[in-house]
Amino acid sequence: MSAVDFWLGRHRDLAANLPGAELPWLARLRETAIDRFADEGWPTMRRENWRHTSLAFMAQQALAVREAAATEAIVADLRARYRTVQGPENEVACAADGHWLVFVDGRLAPALSSIGSLPSGVRVGSLADALAQTPEAVEAAFGRAEEGEAPEALNAALAADGAWIRLARGSLVDEPIHLVFIAARTADQHLRNLVVAEAGAQATIVEHYPAGAAGSTLTTAVTRIHAAQDSHLGHLKLQQEAPEAIHLAALSAEQARGAVFASHSLSFGARLARNDIRTRLAGEGAEALLNGLYHADGRRHVDHHTRIDHARPQGTSREFYRGLLDGSARGVFTGRILVAQDAQRTDAMQRCDNLLLSRLAEADARPELEIYADDVKCAHGATVGQLDEDALFYLRSRGIDSAHARQLLTYAFAAEVLERIAHAPLRALGRAALLERLPGGARLEELS
Amino acid sequence: MLKINNLHAAIDGKEILKGLDLEVADGEVHAIMGPNGSGKSTLAQVLAGRDTFTVTDGGVDWDGADLLALPAEERARAGLFLAFQYPVEIPGVSNAYFLKAAVNAVRRHRGLSEYDAMDFLAKVKAEMKAVGMKEEFLYRSVNEGFSGGEKKRNEVLQMALLEPRLAVLDETDSGLDIDALKIVAEGVNRLRSPERSMIVITHYQRLLDYIVPDKVHVLSQGRIVRSGGRELALELEEHGYGWIGAAQADDTGKGMSGGAGRVAQTGGAGASAGARS
Ligand SMILES: Nc1ncnc2c1ncn2[C@@H]1O[C@H](COP(=O)(O)OP(=O)(O)OP(=O)(O)O)[C@@H](O)[C@H]1O
Ligand SMILES: [Mg+2]
Repeated sequence: MSAVDFWLGRHRDLAANLPGAELPWLARLRETAIDRFADEGWPTMRRENWRHTSLAFMAQQALAVREAAATEAIVADLRARYRTVQGPENEVACAADGHWLVFVDGRLAPALSSIGSLPSGVRVGSLADALAQTPEAVEAAFGRAEEGEAPEALNAALAADGAWIRLARGSLVDEPIHLVFIAARTADQHLRNLVVAEAGAQATIVEHYPAGAAGSTLTTAVTRIHAAQDSHLGHLKLQQEAPEAIHLAALSAEQARGAVFASHSLSFGARLARNDIRTRLAGEGAEALLNGLYHADGRRHVDHHTRIDHARPQGTSREFYRGLLDGSARGVFTGRILVAQDAQRTDAMQRCDNLLLSRLAEADARPELEIYADDVKCAHGATVGQLDEDALFYLRSRGIDSAHARQLLTYAFAAEVLERIAHAPLRALGRAALLERLPGGARLEELS
Repeated sequence: MLKINNLHAAIDGKEILKGLDLEVADGEVHAIMGPNGSGKSTLAQVLAGRDTFTVTDGGVDWDGADLLALPAEERARAGLFLAFQYPVEIPGVSNAYFLKAAVNAVRRHRGLSEYDAMDFLAKVKAEMKAVGMKEEFLYRSVNEGFSGGEKKRNEVLQMALLEPRLAVLDETDSGLDIDALKIVAEGVNRLRSPERSMIVITHYQRLLDYIVPDKVHVLSQGRIVRSGGRELALELEEHGYGWIGAAQADDTGKGMSGGAGRVAQTGGAGASAGARS
């Protein structure tokens, strides 16, 4: 059972042995976090930010692994794919293989990782190691027990490891930093990834959640990004967890003056996936892109809850989400945009478009705008619709069968999101993941 | 041989075709003229298999087969081609992919080998040259942002690539400048052959100077009300439709497919749909 008491017990058993347990600030934080989780419990639809997604079922949910995952094979496959998408057409030498940190069941697996060579001043390693080596730096980046939603508190209380990425002033990491998280043998994993980018630093970080163990598993993942002045950070998340998995994640960024941050969330797996994505434009002239694509079929549920905080003047934010919902799946999108009184000349734009591929599929898209400044540009739009019948008929009238026509239009609708991923091999990786999800995807491969 | 017999078709309970008869023999070119809203595009779409129209009576025999029993894609594979009055824009699907998928679907059906990428490119480039289309149109999304005339050329390009046995051209001449009109007419004439028949829907007798029809028909209020030779088009040009008892411009608007976005839109502030909500 996964009732609140179970997690209190888990915390009691683990707390003394978690990395950093000897650090008073961390022990206190974990204590406060578990108390908060005990207090709030799993969110239900009565809670403000959970209008369409309830985790009440978790109280009765038994988490268990039915079949462990073959971690070596998963990592080898992922790396092979990444090599394939770096064809000459993507203008990247095959030798450029990126930096890989692999976590198995919530802990770094050094044997499966290969960090490669990094520019000086760049650190890519495990949180557990960083807690031992530079605890003050971790403390500044760790976050608080009060932050976010209840699952984030659970994560703060239980997370033993995750990635620790520190980019020194002006450093530039050319190749993406890949973080791979595999649920292999244990029914739950809790990851906390901390990224600290100093002024002018540039990097792209990819979070992979490939399908791991079969069975009801729980992943909680919290990624916190500190983007100092004029830094450029890209973040791609590829969520492809196993069909019975529960995936609860939060990504939060803080952007200083002129910092540019792009988040691409591709959510294709898990039985229930919830992504809380927040960024705060805390300095003047910061730019944020929140880009996302979700696909769910069967009885699966996917929820993106986003929040963009325009705190200072002249910030720009662009938010584009698209959803594909099939079977009796449900997709939820909430796009909250806050423009503070001080955030004059803010330019914000948000769109969420959903395609219902079956009669029983369901989508909710909700912009929530709160604007306190008077000189702002703020546009938003949300749609839920079906495939265009005129386009379907046009394709069929040319001899293309109706199944292929549907796949083609579905893919074309989704692919627009992928076009915004600037890094060509990552874009290709996203495309391959999408085609894998879509029926008849193989036929569409030459479409790009 | 195409035989349309007492065809009745309705949309949303409204009857549009009201007992239409027409026979087109192999190798013949027939022109259909008629006032706005008389049912010309409806006829074209029903022939192509658009199922938003319900056939309520009558039938269509094509070389001894029941045309109306086939789904749209099978009609296309069997050699029927409709050049749309309003070609549809398909964002995100490149013209090249679309054309290749269409040509190969049709070739597969006809027992021909599928084109590989190289052969296809050579073929399509040659045909594009013939209809005066620049190569860049291969890499743009299907019809997206094409001008009216460019869309029509793209229709003629598709026709040339698919080599139909029966082509229905719905106002392919509308919106074309005089040079384009000649190019399009040449494209049609190049396809003319004893096995191929064509139905050319137009408002302008000018087109028939270039594509000389075997027969001209007047469609009004859902029926063929007059048939004749070429000279009928000239008389219509001079006198309008009134003199043959056809309703004068029962203009109900050009409402076939205008303004269709890719996704039907609901709501501005938020959107929500589905059985459970
Ligand atoms: N989807 C539809 N829903 C309702 N009415 C329709 C629909 N499609 C066509 N109609 C109606 O059917 C009638 C015939 O339309 P059709 O497009 O066939 O005319 P047309 O002869 O092609 O006209 P034009 O010369 O303007 O192209 C018109 O009154 C039109 O409004
Ligand atoms: Mg018409």
